[in-house]
Amino acid sequence: MAELNIAERQAGDVTVLDMKGKITIGEGSVALRTAVRRMLEEGKKKILLNLAGVGYIDSSGIGELVSSYTAIEKDGGQLKLLNLTQKLQDLLTITKLLTVFDVYEAESEALNGFK
Amino acid sequence: MTVETTELKLPSRVEAIDEAATAVGGLVARWGIGEEAAFGIDMAVREALANAVIHGNKLDETRLVEINVKSSLDALEISVHDQGQGFNPGTISDPTKEENILKSSGRGIFFMRNFFDKVDWSISPEGGTTVRMIKRRANR
Repeated sequence: MAELNIAERQAGDVTVLDMKGKITIGEGSVALRTAVRRMLEEGKKKILLNLAGVGYIDSSGIGELVSSYTAIEKDGGQLKLLNLTQKLQDLLTITKLLTVFDVYEAESEALNGFK
Repeated sequence: MTVETTELKLPSRVEAIDEAATAVGGLVARWGIGEEAAFGIDMAVREALANAVIHGNKLDETRLVEINVKSSLDALEISVHDQGQGFNPGTISDPTKEENILKSSGRGIFFMRNFFDKVDWSISPEGGTTVRMIKRRANR
Protein backbone atom coordinates (compact mmCIF):
# COMPACT_ATOMS: atom_id res chain seq x y z
CA MET A 1 0.00 0.00 0.00
CA ALA A 2 1.23 3.46 -0.88
CA GLU A 3 2.43 5.66 1.94
CA LEU A 4 -0.13 8.31 1.00
CA ASN A 5 -3.36 7.68 -0.90
CA ILE A 6 -5.05 10.68 -2.47
CA ALA A 7 -8.63 10.53 -3.78
CA GLU A 8 -9.93 13.43 -5.82
CA ARG A 9 -13.51 14.65 -5.95
CA GLN A 10 -15.25 17.81 -7.11
CA ALA A 11 -17.53 19.94 -4.92
CA GLY A 12 -18.75 22.72 -7.21
CA ASP A 13 -15.66 24.50 -8.45
CA VAL A 14 -13.57 23.26 -5.53
CA THR A 15 -11.40 20.18 -5.86
CA VAL A 16 -11.29 18.17 -2.66
CA LEU A 17 -8.34 15.87 -2.12
CA ASP A 18 -9.11 13.23 0.51
CA MET A 19 -5.77 12.11 1.86
CA LYS A 20 -5.03 8.94 3.78
CA GLY A 21 -1.68 7.83 5.15
CA LYS A 22 1.54 9.63 6.00
CA ILE A 23 3.01 12.80 4.50
CA THR A 24 6.67 12.18 5.23
CA ILE A 25 9.99 12.52 3.51
CA GLY A 26 10.11 10.50 0.31
CA GLU A 27 6.99 8.92 -1.09
CA GLY A 28 4.33 10.79 0.89
CA SER A 29 5.69 14.27 0.21
CA VAL A 30 6.24 13.47 -3.46
CA ALA A 31 2.66 12.17 -3.80
CA LEU A 32 1.27 15.44 -2.42
CA ARG A 33 3.53 17.54 -4.66
CA THR A 34 2.57 15.52 -7.74
CA ALA A 35 -1.16 15.76 -7.00
CA VAL A 36 -1.07 19.54 -6.47
CA ARG A 37 1.00 20.10 -9.64
CA ARG A 38 -1.47 18.02 -11.62
CA MET A 39 -4.39 20.04 -10.25
CA LEU A 40 -2.73 23.28 -11.34
CA GLU A 41 -1.93 21.86 -14.78
CA GLU A 42 -5.60 20.93 -15.15
CA GLY A 43 -6.59 24.47 -14.19
CA LYS A 44 -8.02 23.42 -10.83
CA LYS A 45 -7.07 26.28 -8.58
CA LYS A 46 -9.43 25.96 -5.64
CA ILE A 47 -8.11 23.08 -3.62
CA LEU A 48 -9.28 21.73 -0.28
CA LEU A 49 -6.99 19.21 1.38
CA ASN A 50 -8.95 16.87 3.62
CA LEU A 51 -6.35 15.66 6.10
CA ALA A 52 -8.66 13.58 8.31
CA GLY A 53 -6.87 10.39 7.30
CA VAL A 54 -3.35 11.74 7.71
CA GLY A 55 -2.05 10.20 10.89
CA TYR A 56 1.53 11.37 10.60
CA ILE A 57 3.44 14.22 9.05
CA ASP A 58 7.09 15.28 9.38
CA SER A 59 8.95 18.50 8.58
CA SER A 60 9.22 17.43 4.94
CA GLY A 61 5.45 16.96 4.76
CA ILE A 62 4.83 20.29 6.44
CA GLY A 63 7.27 21.86 3.98
CA GLU A 64 5.28 20.29 1.15
CA LEU A 65 2.06 21.80 2.51
CA VAL A 66 3.80 25.19 2.50
CA SER A 67 5.12 24.63 -1.06
CA SER A 68 1.63 23.64 -2.20
CA TYR A 69 0.20 26.77 -0.62
CA THR A 70 2.74 29.09 -2.27
CA ALA A 71 2.46 27.35 -5.68
CA ILE A 72 -1.34 27.59 -5.68
CA GLU A 73 -1.37 31.21 -4.47
CA LYS A 74 1.21 32.12 -7.12
CA ASP A 75 -1.11 30.65 -9.74
CA GLY A 76 -3.96 32.81 -8.47
CA GLY A 77 -5.64 29.94 -6.62
CA GLN A 78 -6.53 29.10 -3.05
CA LEU A 79 -5.60 26.22 -0.76
CA LYS A 80 -7.49 25.41 2.42
CA LEU A 81 -7.08 22.64 4.97
CA LEU A 82 -9.84 20.49 6.44
CA ASN A 83 -10.03 18.09 9.38
CA LEU A 84 -6.59 18.40 10.91
CA THR A 85 -5.77 15.86 13.58
CA GLN A 86 -4.93 17.36 16.95
CA LYS A 87 -1.25 16.51 16.45
CA LEU A 88 -1.05 18.21 13.07
CA GLN A 89 -2.83 21.21 14.52
CA ASP A 90 -0.28 21.30 17.34
CA LEU A 91 2.61 21.16 14.84
CA LEU A 92 1.14 23.97 12.77
CA THR A 93 0.66 25.97 15.97
CA ILE A 94 4.27 25.70 17.16
CA THR A 95 5.59 26.47 13.67
CA LYS A 96 3.16 29.45 13.49
CA LEU A 97 1.77 28.07 10.24
CA LEU A 98 -1.78 28.23 11.59
CA THR A 99 -1.46 31.95 10.87
CA VAL A 100 -0.81 31.11 7.21
CA PHE A 101 -3.31 28.37 6.42
CA ASP A 102 -7.10 28.61 6.41
CA VAL A 103 -8.13 25.64 8.53
CA TYR A 104 -11.67 24.24 8.85
CA GLU A 105 -13.39 21.52 10.81
CA ALA A 106 -16.52 21.30 8.65
CA GLU A 107 -16.38 20.71 4.92
CA SER A 108 -19.42 22.94 4.24
CA GLU A 109 -17.71 25.85 5.97
CA ALA A 110 -14.49 25.22 4.09
CA LEU A 111 -16.31 25.17 0.75
CA ASN A 112 -18.11 28.41 1.63
CA GLY A 113 -14.73 29.93 2.49
CA PHE A 114 -13.57 29.83 -1.12
CA LYS A 115 -14.11 33.07 -3.05
CA MET B 1 22.47 4.38 38.55
CA THR B 2 21.69 1.87 35.84
CA VAL B 3 22.25 3.12 32.34
CA GLU B 4 21.05 1.03 29.42
CA THR B 5 22.77 1.62 26.11
CA THR B 6 21.62 0.39 22.72
CA GLU B 7 23.37 0.96 19.42
CA LEU B 8 21.78 0.71 16.00
CA LYS B 9 23.11 1.28 12.51
CA LEU B 10 21.25 2.04 9.34
CA PRO B 11 22.25 2.47 5.71
CA SER B 12 21.80 5.92 4.21
CA ARG B 13 18.49 5.27 2.51
CA VAL B 14 15.27 7.21 3.13
CA GLU B 15 13.38 3.90 3.42
CA ALA B 16 15.59 2.85 6.35
CA ILE B 17 14.52 5.81 8.48
CA ASP B 18 11.11 4.40 9.38
CA GLU B 19 12.49 1.04 10.51
CA ALA B 20 15.21 2.64 12.64
CA ALA B 21 12.82 5.17 14.17
CA THR B 22 10.38 2.37 15.02
CA ALA B 23 13.18 0.47 16.78
CA VAL B 24 14.12 3.59 18.76
CA GLY B 25 10.43 4.08 19.55
CA GLY B 26 10.39 0.66 21.18
CA LEU B 27 13.30 1.63 23.42
CA VAL B 28 11.63 4.93 24.30
CA ALA B 29 8.43 3.10 25.22
CA ARG B 30 10.40 0.81 27.54
CA TRP B 31 11.86 3.89 29.22
CA GLY B 32 8.27 4.83 30.07
CA ILE B 33 6.86 8.10 28.87
CA GLY B 34 3.49 9.65 28.04
CA GLU B 35 1.96 9.31 24.60
CA GLU B 36 2.37 12.99 23.74
CA ALA B 37 6.04 13.15 24.71
CA ALA B 38 6.68 9.86 22.88
CA PHE B 39 5.17 11.37 19.72
CA GLY B 40 7.52 14.36 19.98
CA ILE B 41 10.56 12.17 20.60
CA ASP B 42 9.66 9.95 17.65
CA MET B 43 9.26 12.94 15.39
CA ALA B 44 12.56 14.50 16.50
CA VAL B 45 14.40 11.19 16.02
CA ARG B 46 13.01 10.88 12.49
CA GLU B 47 14.14 14.43 11.73
CA ALA B 48 17.64 13.71 13.07
CA LEU B 49 17.83 10.49 11.04
CA ALA B 50 16.62 12.26 7.88
CA ASN B 51 19.25 14.98 8.36
CA ALA B 52 21.98 12.36 8.81
CA VAL B 53 20.89 10.25 5.83
CA ILE B 54 20.21 13.10 3.41
CA HIS B 55 22.34 16.08 4.41
CA GLY B 56 25.12 14.26 6.26
CA ASN B 57 25.70 11.10 4.25
CA LYS B 58 24.13 12.48 1.06
CA LEU B 59 22.20 9.23 0.52
CA ASP B 60 25.48 7.37 -0.01
CA GLU B 61 24.49 3.82 1.00
CA THR B 62 28.08 2.89 1.73
CA ARG B 63 27.99 5.33 4.64
CA LEU B 64 26.21 4.32 7.81
CA VAL B 65 24.22 6.31 10.32
CA GLU B 66 24.78 5.22 13.92
CA ILE B 67 22.20 5.68 16.62
CA ASN B 68 23.01 5.44 20.29
CA VAL B 69 20.22 5.38 22.84
CA LYS B 70 21.14 5.74 26.53
CA SER B 71 18.43 5.58 29.11
CA SER B 72 18.74 6.11 32.82
CA LEU B 73 16.15 6.69 35.50
CA ASP B 74 16.15 10.43 34.94
CA ALA B 75 17.06 11.00 31.33
CA LEU B 76 16.99 9.66 27.84
CA GLU B 77 19.88 10.53 25.53
CA ILE B 78 19.72 9.78 21.81
CA SER B 79 22.73 10.44 19.59
CA VAL B 80 22.75 10.21 15.80
CA HIS B 81 26.10 10.11 14.06
CA ASP B 82 26.68 10.49 10.33
CA GLN B 83 29.82 10.31 8.20
CA GLY B 84 29.32 13.61 6.42
CA GLN B 85 31.32 16.79 6.12
CA GLY B 86 30.12 18.43 9.32
CA PHE B 87 27.32 20.77 10.14
CA ASN B 88 27.06 24.18 11.75
CA PRO B 89 23.68 24.58 13.50
CA GLY B 90 24.33 28.31 13.73
CA THR B 91 23.52 28.58 10.03
CA ILE B 92 19.92 27.44 10.59
CA SER B 93 17.45 30.29 10.78
CA ASP B 94 14.31 30.38 12.90
CA PRO B 95 11.51 28.96 10.71
CA THR B 96 8.83 30.76 12.74
CA LYS B 97 10.11 34.21 11.81
CA GLU B 98 7.97 36.08 9.35
CA GLU B 99 10.65 36.11 6.65
CA ASN B 100 11.05 32.31 6.89
CA ILE B 101 7.49 31.17 7.48
CA LEU B 102 6.82 30.34 3.82
CA LYS B 103 10.07 28.46 3.29
CA SER B 104 9.57 24.81 2.45
CA SER B 105 12.46 23.56 4.58
CA GLY B 106 14.27 24.32 7.83
CA ARG B 107 11.78 22.95 10.37
CA GLY B 108 13.45 19.65 11.25
CA ILE B 109 15.94 21.09 13.73
CA PHE B 110 13.22 23.32 15.11
CA PHE B 111 11.19 20.20 15.97
CA MET B 112 14.23 18.49 17.49
CA ARG B 113 14.83 21.48 19.76
CA ASN B 114 11.15 21.74 20.56
CA PHE B 115 10.64 18.13 21.63
CA PHE B 116 13.90 17.53 23.52
CA ASP B 117 15.23 19.48 26.51
CA LYS B 118 18.72 19.80 25.10
CA VAL B 119 20.14 19.35 21.61
CA ASP B 120 23.78 19.83 20.67
CA TRP B 121 26.07 18.99 17.79
CA SER B 122 29.69 17.94 17.65
CA ILE B 123 32.03 17.26 14.77
CA SER B 124 34.33 14.24 15.21
CA PRO B 125 38.04 14.60 14.44
CA GLU B 126 37.69 11.44 12.29
CA GLY B 127 34.85 13.12 10.40
CA GLY B 128 31.10 13.13 10.69
CA THR B 129 28.60 14.97 12.82
CA THR B 130 26.91 13.75 15.96
CA VAL B 131 23.68 15.29 17.16
CA ARG B 132 22.86 14.52 20.79
CA MET B 133 19.34 14.98 22.09
CA ILE B 134 18.50 14.74 25.77
CA LYS B 135 15.06 14.36 27.31
CA ARG B 136 14.79 14.63 31.06
CA ARG B 137 12.01 12.80 32.76
CA ALA B 138 9.35 15.15 34.06
CA ASN B 139 9.18 15.71 37.85
CA ARG B 140 9.06 12.39 39.59
